[in-house]
Amino acid sequence: MNAINQIAAGTVVKVSGPLVVARGLHGAQMYGMCRVGRLNLFGEIIEVRGDHYSIQVYEETEGVGPGEPVEATGEPLSVELGPGLMRSIYDGVQRPLDKIREKHGAFISRGVEVPALDRSKRWRFEPALKPGAEVVPGDVLGTVQETEIIVHRVMVPPGVKGRLLEIGSGELTVEQVCARVQGAGGPVEVRLAQRWPVRRPRPVARKLPQNEMLVTGQRVIDMFFPLAKGGTACVPGPFGSGKTVVQHQLAKWSDTEIIVYVGCGERGNEMTDVLMEFPHLKDPRTGHPLMERTVMVANTSNMPVAAREASVFTGITIAEYYRDMGYSVALMADSTSRWAEAMREISGRLEEMPGEEGFPAYLASRIASFYERGGRVVCLGSEGREASLSLIGAVSPPGGDMSEPVVQSTLRVVKVFWGLDDRLAFARHFPAINWLTSYSLYQNVADEALGKQVDPRWGEVRRSAMRLLQREAELEELVRLVGVDALAPADRLLLEAAKMIREDFLHQNAFDDQDTFTEASMQFRLLAVILRYYEGARQVLSEGGSLEELLTLPVRERIARGKLIEEKDAARFDAMEKELDEQLAGVNREEPEQGPDVRGSGLGARG
Amino acid sequence: MSKEYRTIKDIVGPLMLVDEVAGVSYGELVEVRLEDGEVRRGRVLEIRESVALIQVFEGTRGISPRGAGVRFLGRGLEIGVSTDMLGRVFNGFGTPIDDGPAIIPEKRLSIYGNPLNPFARDYPNEFIQTGISTIDGLNTLVRGQKLPIFSAAGLPHARLAAQIARQATVRRSGEKFAVVFGAMGITFEEANYFISDFRRTGALERAVLFMNLAEDPPIERIAVPRMALTAAEYLAFEKDMHILVILTDMTNYCEALREISAAAKEVPGRRGYPGYLYTDLSTIYERAGRVQGRGGSITQIPVLTMPEDDKTHPIPDLTGYITEGQIILSRPLQAQGIYPPVDVLPSLSRLKDKGIGAEKTREDHADVMNQLYAAYARGKSAKELAVVLGESALTPVDLKFVRYADRFEDEFIRQGEDENRTVEETLDIGWRLMGVLPRGELKRVKDALVEKYWKPEEAEAVQPAG
Repeated sequence: MNAINQIAAGTVVKVSGPLVVARGLHGAQMYGMCRVGRLNLFGEIIEVRGDHYSIQVYEETEGVGPGEPVEATGEPLSVELGPGLMRSIYDGVQRPLDKIREKHGAFISRGVEVPALDRSKRWRFEPALKPGAEVVPGDVLGTVQETEIIVHRVMVPPGVKGRLLEIGSGELTVEQVCARVQGAGGPVEVRLAQRWPVRRPRPVARKLPQNEMLVTGQRVIDMFFPLAKGGTACVPGPFGSGKTVVQHQLAKWSDTEIIVYVGCGERGNEMTDVLMEFPHLKDPRTGHPLMERTVMVANTSNMPVAAREASVFTGITIAEYYRDMGYSVALMADSTSRWAEAMREISGRLEEMPGEEGFPAYLASRIASFYERGGRVVCLGSEGREASLSLIGAVSPPGGDMSEPVVQSTLRVVKVFWGLDDRLAFARHFPAINWLTSYSLYQNVADEALGKQVDPRWGEVRRSAMRLLQREAELEELVRLVGVDALAPADRLLLEAAKMIREDFLHQNAFDDQDTFTEASMQFRLLAVILRYYEGARQVLSEGGSLEELLTLPVRERIARGKLIEEKDAARFDAMEKELDEQLAGVNREEPEQGPDVRGSGLGARG
Repeated sequence: MSKEYRTIKDIVGPLMLVDEVAGVSYGELVEVRLEDGEVRRGRVLEIRESVALIQVFEGTRGISPRGAGVRFLGRGLEIGVSTDMLGRVFNGFGTPIDDGPAIIPEKRLSIYGNPLNPFARDYPNEFIQTGISTIDGLNTLVRGQKLPIFSAAGLPHARLAAQIARQATVRRSGEKFAVVFGAMGITFEEANYFISDFRRTGALERAVLFMNLAEDPPIERIAVPRMALTAAEYLAFEKDMHILVILTDMTNYCEALREISAAAKEVPGRRGYPGYLYTDLSTIYERAGRVQGRGGSITQIPVLTMPEDDKTHPIPDLTGYITEGQIILSRPLQAQGIYPPVDVLPSLSRLKDKGIGAEKTREDHADVMNQLYAAYARGKSAKELAVVLGESALTPVDLKFVRYADRFEDEFIRQGEDENRTVEETLDIGWRLMGVLPRGELKRVKDALVEKYWKPEEAEAVQPAG
């Protein structure tokens, strides 16, 4: 970090948990970084009142007292962006946890300073331009093969424009200059790594509407509540309802090129799980370990609370950087409630007037500005790369209460809501996404995009299946009052079909090697065959067929196993449909004396 | 010798303001000397210029602003640790209260510890057999996990916790657990139950007990879990022991925290608890785990009583968000005379999947677990339906599920307080109960396993007395 020494040194006057107030930092700016006390703790100025600067400190402040020195670095909280981010695991302020462990052991001591990117590693820089070229911000100067699957594009930083004077090549470290640009104010050096303040969104040329789906392989998501690339989603749910598993599943199987996973105030063991699992899991599309395209930011719940507040911004800035290279990026934040609570804690210590439930009054605008950093965009640069950044935030509402401020503020900005339901979780129905309360505003985009890619009936199938599920919920109410025997055969058939949708389609086992991921085309075939069964059986029923026989068709066993069929075996669905049609045709028809809709008729009564 | 200040300005509840101090730091340990010579301890909660806000652990009763002196000790709250702690009983400050000799510490450690680097953690995946079917079979505990018991007034959480402490073993290994026990504001009777149970079973020799009873100052409770965990970390990560930490009752801890927060006039969060309750609890619960390259582990079983049996109360709610699952006790089961009254459906162990299976327990474990759960859930909802409509409204299949649910409660959940079931016994009971169900309903179990283990004829056999 380059010290800019026009800022006077200050002294600590007050310490209250993660909040330190210092005096005398003349010249320091709001959101500037500081080093606090003899332990050299890392902090950020969050309030200035006269001569008093309030600093939120990213490390435990025990042992700090009035009179200790404070130094402002003159730079806002920033992250380092360059080759070497991939496969890294950082804490909330971008300190590499693996390096910290190497240097300092298993427990994180205070005042640790380790650069985010390895200073000694050399990267092979392949220049893409020649001296003399006119460059604008976002232009790709050259590339570095960062991991086996990720090509790191070294771009002209925002604000730098002019003629390329010089461009390097060969093995460079992140600190070395790779190009020199004749800017308006003189030559500017561009290094492999750049810095960017986390609280400022990285600029783009313009935003675009969504037109492509983020296929996740999760049937309930892709089919019913899809997310578009560049879209925003939230996953709220009480504890034990499987938020983290949903987030992990998306991180594993989403068809994005880059994943940034922010573990914000969550469990240490969960991060370890990701760390141990991802290097062994293969990306279904490239066949390479998932870690090759993943950056992790882990600020577990026992790590200092102020760094938790920063972790979300650290993550999204890294995500934006890869988006600017032209990649489709998805960021998972688990959980934004912990982030909001960190804001609340700091706000309380600043003695700000609290808003709802003690949260600061600016909660909603902070959440909105975070999600607004997502989107499909045209990147800076003369080639007009298109890229997307999708944001998925978990929310942990206290007591599962969806009316609480974090959920409500989030719902106002996101377009997809995956409402997790603990009742489904108790019944071991996973993912426990409640199909009646969840929604997605990208269904139209999905109908169009997947209608082209997979089958024109995509939207139609989804709507039919959803109608069945909704009708099922109504009928369930009735059954609770009068019992299932009192239902008309057609309704009982509907209940059975809805159950098939629930058990054979919606239910998906994240821990089963095969079931964990289903291609969009196979999702469509599976749901279509269930509906084909329903439509066919309804026809047979109206022709006087026996309900009992329809409910026990042997082909149903095969349908139940349909979720394990892979795309290469799609023909098995053809065979299944054929078998279904044959078996339906073979059902005995009685004389149709009365319509199947008559309540309490003897049809279908059990022996 | 540090300077003694006689500048106490305000005394509010457990807090004191001391003026005109110099060289004081946040979190520093404080000694307060009363007129009669009594010494109490406290901690600096906030320091603003020359004014220190101090939380007095033993309470402020009897402190007079004129008469008492305050000394700042220049260090935080620490505990002296040594392997000699095993078999000993301490108060909330780590002072022995069992008439034994003083501990000669190998080293002194800050009770606040440092956060464990997630990169240095090892994933908990070693099965711990507790001998309790509802835990081993359905909510499997693994080494390094934090699995709380959510209980309520009048439920036998103490007996269950003691049974786990007594029976817990890791299979195929000769290692034994040591137990670190932290009591916060529990009654003498409860504390005595644990001590005499540990003594009766010989577990006391490998236990370290920290006792803060209901009559002790509430503020002292704040230190207990961290004392206990610091001792546990020392034993686990420096002495390679496997430690089971039992903390009871976390509700009392949280109430003490609320008391301090209210006295400090902080902005209250839900139900008056401070906004940082989550962070505070996580710095306790997250101190469970395994560390790569170290032999030991810390497994935590915190016990808390849910006010009004309400799971959405901030204490159980925030706990559930931090811990890796929860074991919930149920009043209706207790009323039916079933011990342990574990409410299986909302209970959960998040790490179970990593601790079970062919190498660890048995190849059918995961399937059996899912099937038993799903079938019990269905049986319970069929029973609810039967309450409204009468049993005649149920289909024959649903009736079977009702029967299954009853037997599940009676044979699987219920077990003796000294009954130590192996995981195989637990799974076999599960298969026996599945014998009640039609084969076509066993959808969560692989066919090959059904072939191997499912013996419907045995379902009707007389069950062994349990």
